[in-house]
Amino acid sequence: MIRFEPRGPVPVSRVLSVLVAAAVAALLLAAIPMAFAGLSVFGAYGLMVKGAFGSMFAFTEMLTRATPLILTGLAAAVAFRAKLWNIGAEGQLYAGAMAAVAVGTGAFGGPSLFLIPLVILAGALAGGLVMLGPTLLKTRLGVDEVVTTLLLNFIILLFVQMMLEGPMKDPMGMGWPQSEPILDEAALPKLMARMRIHWGLIIALVASLGVYFMLKRTVWGFEIRAVGENAAAARHSGIPVTATFVRVGLISGALAGLAGVGEVAGLKGYLTADLSPGFGYSGIVVAMLAGLSPVGVIIAALFIASIFVGADSMSRATGVSNYLADLMVAMSLLCVLVAGLFLRFKIRLVGAPAAKETAK
Amino acid sequence: MTAPVQEAALALRLDGITKRFGALTANGDVSLDLRSGEILALLGENGAGKTTLMNILFGHYVADEGQVLVNSGNGSLTELEPGSPHAALEAGIGMVHQHFTLAENLSALDNILLGTQSLATLSTARAPARAKLEDLMARSGLTVSLDARISQLSVGEKQRVEILKALYRDARVLVLDEPTAVLTPQESETLFATLKTLADDGLGIIFISHKLAEVIASSHRVAVLRGGCKVADLPTASCDQRKLAELMVGHEIVETIRTEKEAGRSLFVLKRIFAGQGRDALQDVDLDLKSGEILGIAGVSGNGQTTFAKVISGLEPIVSGEMLLEDQPLTHVDARKMIDIGLARIPEDRHHDGIVGAMSVSENLAIESIRKPENQSFGLLRFAAIRERARSLIKAYDIRCQSEDSPARLLSGGNIQKIVLARTLETMPKVVLAAQPSRGLDVGATSDVHKRLLAARDRGAGVILISEDLDELMRLSDRIAVIHRGKLSEANPTEMLDRSTLGLRMAGHDGEEAA
Amino acid sequence: MIEILDILLSANFWAAALRIATPLIFGVIGALICERAGVLNLGIEGIFTAGAMAGWMAVWLGAGLWGGVFVAACAGALFGLIHAILTVPLGLSQHVSGIGVTLFATSLSYFIYRTALPDVSSPPRIDAFQPLDIPVLSELPFIGPALFQQTPLTFLALFLVVATAYVLYRTPLGLAIRAVGDNPSAVESQGLSVYAIRIGTVVAGSAIMALGGAFLTMSAFDAFFFGMVNGRGWICIALTVFASWRPGKALIGALLFGAFDAFQVRLQTEVGSFIPGQIFLMMPYLFSIAALIVVARRADYPRALLVPYFRGQR
Repeated sequence: MIRFEPRGPVPVSRVLSVLVAAAVAALLLAAIPMAFAGLSVFGAYGLMVKGAFGSMFAFTEMLTRATPLILTGLAAAVAFRAKLWNIGAEGQLYAGAMAAVAVGTGAFGGPSLFLIPLVILAGALAGGLVMLGPTLLKTRLGVDEVVTTLLLNFIILLFVQMMLEGPMKDPMGMGWPQSEPILDEAALPKLMARMRIHWGLIIALVASLGVYFMLKRTVWGFEIRAVGENAAAARHSGIPVTATFVRVGLISGALAGLAGVGEVAGLKGYLTADLSPGFGYSGIVVAMLAGLSPVGVIIAALFIASIFVGADSMSRATGVSNYLADLMVAMSLLCVLVAGLFLRFKIRLVGAPAAKETAK
Repeated sequence: MTAPVQEAALALRLDGITKRFGALTANGDVSLDLRSGEILALLGENGAGKTTLMNILFGHYVADEGQVLVNSGNGSLTELEPGSPHAALEAGIGMVHQHFTLAENLSALDNILLGTQSLATLSTARAPARAKLEDLMARSGLTVSLDARISQLSVGEKQRVEILKALYRDARVLVLDEPTAVLTPQESETLFATLKTLADDGLGIIFISHKLAEVIASSHRVAVLRGGCKVADLPTASCDQRKLAELMVGHEIVETIRTEKEAGRSLFVLKRIFAGQGRDALQDVDLDLKSGEILGIAGVSGNGQTTFAKVISGLEPIVSGEMLLEDQPLTHVDARKMIDIGLARIPEDRHHDGIVGAMSVSENLAIESIRKPENQSFGLLRFAAIRERARSLIKAYDIRCQSEDSPARLLSGGNIQKIVLARTLETMPKVVLAAQPSRGLDVGATSDVHKRLLAARDRGAGVILISEDLDELMRLSDRIAVIHRGKLSEANPTEMLDRSTLGLRMAGHDGEEAA
Repeated sequence: MIEILDILLSANFWAAALRIATPLIFGVIGALICERAGVLNLGIEGIFTAGAMAGWMAVWLGAGLWGGVFVAACAGALFGLIHAILTVPLGLSQHVSGIGVTLFATSLSYFIYRTALPDVSSPPRIDAFQPLDIPVLSELPFIGPALFQQTPLTFLALFLVVATAYVLYRTPLGLAIRAVGDNPSAVESQGLSVYAIRIGTVVAGSAIMALGGAFLTMSAFDAFFFGMVNGRGWICIALTVFASWRPGKALIGALLFGAFDAFQVRLQTEVGSFIPGQIFLMMPYLFSIAALIVVARRADYPRALLVPYFRGQR
């Protein structure tokens, strides 16, 4: 029988090693579907590594893919810290992208110095506002935010399709449902010539540090942590719980919105309804792999991005379905969940049923 | 109580039970016998290991060493399978936990029936069960309405359902954990009369208690636990309260002394307050708290105390009525505002409402004042100041922790309560609301809480003390009011009250003549 | 107005409503019994997908239609078991574990489908369930076409509603499930195993959910498409709250939803030229959110929902 005993404070090194172990376990488990698809397992891993790190191009592609994942990962991490279950980063990402397109395709003119901040601000605001609804429904009426944010993802995607076939449709788009391109002055500059990597990455890194700083060193962060760990005690101690949820919701939605800005204004240049291959959902995995730490999100996003880019490349080389990447990401989440037990409890094999100790 | 059982058959034997939780030894080599028809009191203060021992008996825990032997009906003792409540029930052991184990969404009948039929059975046999229970209720006097949902029953009724659960399964041994903690004195007497009847029918009964009077009055034999070990096992007839008290605590008890003191002016006033809903709603509550007094509020749990505490804590809006602090009406209150105007609140459930377990001791000490300038400037936390203040509070209030950075959840209940006391009382509040402040604490921690409350009173604060422990109330309070079904009685000076008067009021009998 | 009445009074309309409701009935019943035992199962969306894929593939490989239904239920049970182990004995966050199971079940289904059928341009078809043409009954006016020209899976769904209600309210097992969702220690103190009851219930509930997915590929359509579940699982979670965790109300909720959806499809053909199609497609999701808002205030959640139970801890 397994027995769990609660742990005291956990050293950072242990947290890191457990999380890394989870990631490695997920990679190893992926050997099963690989073998099922008839791949030589070592060859496939080799192709994946080459695909993500094998060249400057591969590496920058991986970083490009990590950019939105850092932001959606942060969106999930900061919300989950307050136990606000925002599963709607996918929808908020599209809202951010739509807002960026709305202000960045010619509605306003001017220099980059004006347009780029405008596009960023609009996207963040749109993402935040989308999350405001579910947050208020939760705090005012007690409506579960998990379901509302999930359902909003579908509604927003349909709304994007509607806009792309209607008011936002590019008249020069040869009938394709896509938006007009973002003005050059409003686009996020590339970081390297001939590569797709763009300033969105810098925004994502700055956002990570910002969220880290906020959680660690500010009153808001203190209140977010208190509400997340024990909302009843926080309320009893005079912390404005509702206001904290609203604040977290706005921040989380804004971060997801920024991911959308990066994708349209940094990478694609215009909006389509297939802008995101599930960055919002992968963000949840990133956040969990990072142990909800804002700085850890960067590393976790790089890991997940390597899987995606590596598996894509491997899939092109071998013809095996690239749903393998999604599968590996999902397995990472399950592995890290189980691994989390090793942080919260000392796990012992004993001849007795689990009896959880309560401090007397 | 006399009539000790002579040579009745042994019903149960605990043999050398040892149980450790990490470094803590909850039970050390405890052996205990119980005969059929005997009422055994298991006496000890909070944390002495009584509940752990009974949880081992009932299979919630598994002992590290030792075994439980039960008379399986044929006279011989057989070992009970450890760690299985199912086996304990099969062997005829019934347990009434301190926190009732009832599903609130089911009827009393369904709670009793739960687990008595194989889960593969295609239909619940309610009719025969009802017949058996009607018979049991008639014989034992434990009447409840079988079809009522548990959520609609009073505490006393729930306890009767718990006992019926055991009797329905033909228990030969009945264990009750602190059965009188939630009852009025009169209800307690009825309960013990019932237990006496059951014992005369051959049931072996163990009740856990830390109340000396009821142990003396209602048991045949008493076993005393201290620090996890059995320190005495005596016929009750050979004991008196003083002797038991010393055995229980291990040294002579120094009682907290309340010195007489003239109460001051009117400080905190409630006028015709209505709030909350359901069983716990407040109905037309008036209160006039003077400075420099402790006003006790007695009552059986679930009569509005929770709503009362929430209203004063600023967590529950009042439907109608008025709250005044120093003659200033309080409107649109919330927790923050109550703290800011000088109201200290010690919550009833300190783990749930008092601390954020995952945050550090220093953060928990600062949580109520986190927006005050001493803790932050421009929204940035002032770490050095927060930790500095934490260190001085840890010292002043003798909070035992590894450091101010340890997570608060690792502390013991008494030390968690000290965190709450330190952060609320340190601000020199005008009013202190203490809800069940010593519940679950051992003698040392309890006496510390009492000293702090008396100190607050002596420097002129008004203290409202909500408690279910009449002894605590009568020792500390200058005046006592009783809450019943959301109505608060007039507060009378403690000297004019006795236990039975309070008990009658707690049960809802208006004691006009009592004042 | 006349046109609206015409729609509401046509047997075809109600037949469509029941058809649309069928997968939701499976989903809500499955979610409901999991939640009655105290476990929120957000794996539902992925379990739908897994049921749809596994059932379809079993039939495609020659297992026969009922063989497919069985395989789908087993697939659901398997993913339910993962969720149950993570959340019940291990006590992990039910939210995150559920999302994890959804991601896992969805991606695994897609991966297996793609690996088995790497180069097909149009999805292969199977011979799906056909409407039962019950001799006398299906010729009844109005009721006949609406009720008795459905496929067997619809009848299975209706049967499950009755069976679930019976089990929950009339058997010792149902008593234990309802008790464990309210206060697990009540169950343990009566000698039953909290873990066994919760795990068993989640596994059974997940198997039922998977049948909702199977209905999509084996009755509503005859092939498997990526993204075909399209949020139906999440809608079921919302409908469970709407149904106050009662099987009868779950049926009514699912039927209302089906009727609403069937209605908007018909409305679309009437006024579709003025209003973009996406507005209509949004309706089911908006309707679900509205349903949640309506009942939120008085929702009587099972008290132990989301709360993990550790033995010896009260």
